Amino acid sequence: MREIAYDDIVKAVKNMVIHTATNLPEDALKKLKEAHEKEKSPVAKKVLEQLLENAEIARTEKRPLCQDTGLAVYFVKLGQDVRITGGLLKDAINEGTEQGYIEGYLRASTCDCFTRENLKDIIGYNLPAIIHMDLVEGDELDIAYAAKGGGSENVSRARVLAPAQGREGVIDFVKNVISEAGPNPCPPIIVGVGIGGTFEKAAISSKYALFREAGEPHPDPDVAEFEKELLYELNKLGIGAMGMGGTETVLAVHVEKNPCHIASLPVSVNVQCHSSRHNHITL
Amino acid sequence: MSQVHYLKTPLSDEDVMNLKAGDIVYLSGIMFTARDAAHKRLVDLIENKEELPFQLDGAVIYFVGPTPPKPGEPIGSAGPTTSYRMDSYSPTLIRHGLKGMIGKGKRNQEVKDACKEYKAVYFGATGGAGALLGKLIKEAEVIAYEELGPEAIRMLRVENFPVTVINDAYGNDLYEMGRAKYEVKD
Repeated sequence: MREIAYDDIVKAVKNMVIHTATNLPEDALKKLKEAHEKEKSPVAKKVLEQLLENAEIARTEKRPLCQDTGLAVYFVKLGQDVRITGGLLKDAINEGTEQGYIEGYLRASTCDCFTRENLKDIIGYNLPAIIHMDLVEGDELDIAYAAKGGGSENVSRARVLAPAQGREGVIDFVKNVISEAGPNPCPPIIVGVGIGGTFEKAAISSKYALFREAGEPHPDPDVAEFEKELLYELNKLGIGAMGMGGTETVLAVHVEKNPCHIASLPVSVNVQCHSSRHNHITL
Repeated sequence: MSQVHYLKTPLSDEDVMNLKAGDIVYLSGIMFTARDAAHKRLVDLIENKEELPFQLDGAVIYFVGPTPPKPGEPIGSAGPTTSYRMDSYSPTLIRHGLKGMIGKGKRNQEVKDACKEYKAVYFGATGGAGALLGKLIKEAEVIAYEELGPEAIRMLRVENFPVTVINDAYGNDLYEMGRAKYEVKD
């Protein structure tokens, strides 16, 4: 059994949260630069220029890339041969999140669903974090993090299609979701698509898809082909950067496909804005 | 062809009527921040015929919930939030003198109609450019509803704050115009 101390997890999570708020990861930056080069609309090109300038200001002056510093979402892979000492893993991640959001001058964005009261003084600053936990082989702890903004979550959708709707039905559904979203999720966007499994498996898969390096194809060549097809179809919508019209609406499509029930075809579309703030640590 | 304007707030009817969807505007002067919760309170005040925390005549409201300022700075990152959440409140404010709104994303028909009828305009700022836009805010002061935290009403002084006209007072919509131009039909 390898031991990992609670305090070490808190510290690592805190540092990751602070760093990610001001440093747009390389993959997202590369995709934005490509979009800026390819964009045909002068208006959208100007927006993309602003986004690149924004990333530079954020990095050099340590200002959050966006005022929506998100809910903290984690995919955690805990090796079966690891033992956490000094407290619960979930508590350590929440504590690191809170410290990072406070010390990084990030926004507390969690509230009660109905009263809309901010929960910073009740549950904790920007708590609770959304934590998806998985037990895996080995003696390492991997914590992947994303600062997930509200605007792009608001346009995300899930539905269980009839099996007869098939591949075409999935394409239509994804196209409708992105078309309907238009300018709202801050395009150019990254689109995570979860197909198959059960209702919640599809939704979680669509979120997990967004944690991949932007534009990295799925290892299964059939799925990778499907991603390319979706990317092509979605960019025909003409939405463009910030919805002002343009050729570059979607930076990447990531698909995760799961076996499903003989009666169903679940599909979920999770949208990520251009400010794709994600990172991971291995302890 | 889109034009570039440099305008000072508060905005007059004439300022508004000179703007067309797609124009780029650099705003300077005072503007006010408000999101969902603050909008609800403003509309409640109007309905109860009570005094508002700021003068609505010619005002520009920025839909934003900034990050906390670092010591010595007026404000943190401050880009626009999605505007549709304010759709049910905006027409009332427009009827009472509001001339400009800054946000991102689509507005509903009621807001577009109010812009046309009462001469107001909806501007889009670049979402996710909070670091860049926050730097152009030179002063910020909470003037109402401090308990709402990021959703409190702030008075901002901005210099050359870059926005694009999305919905003008003539019924045009840049989102529809721009998309129609680049959409590839099968």
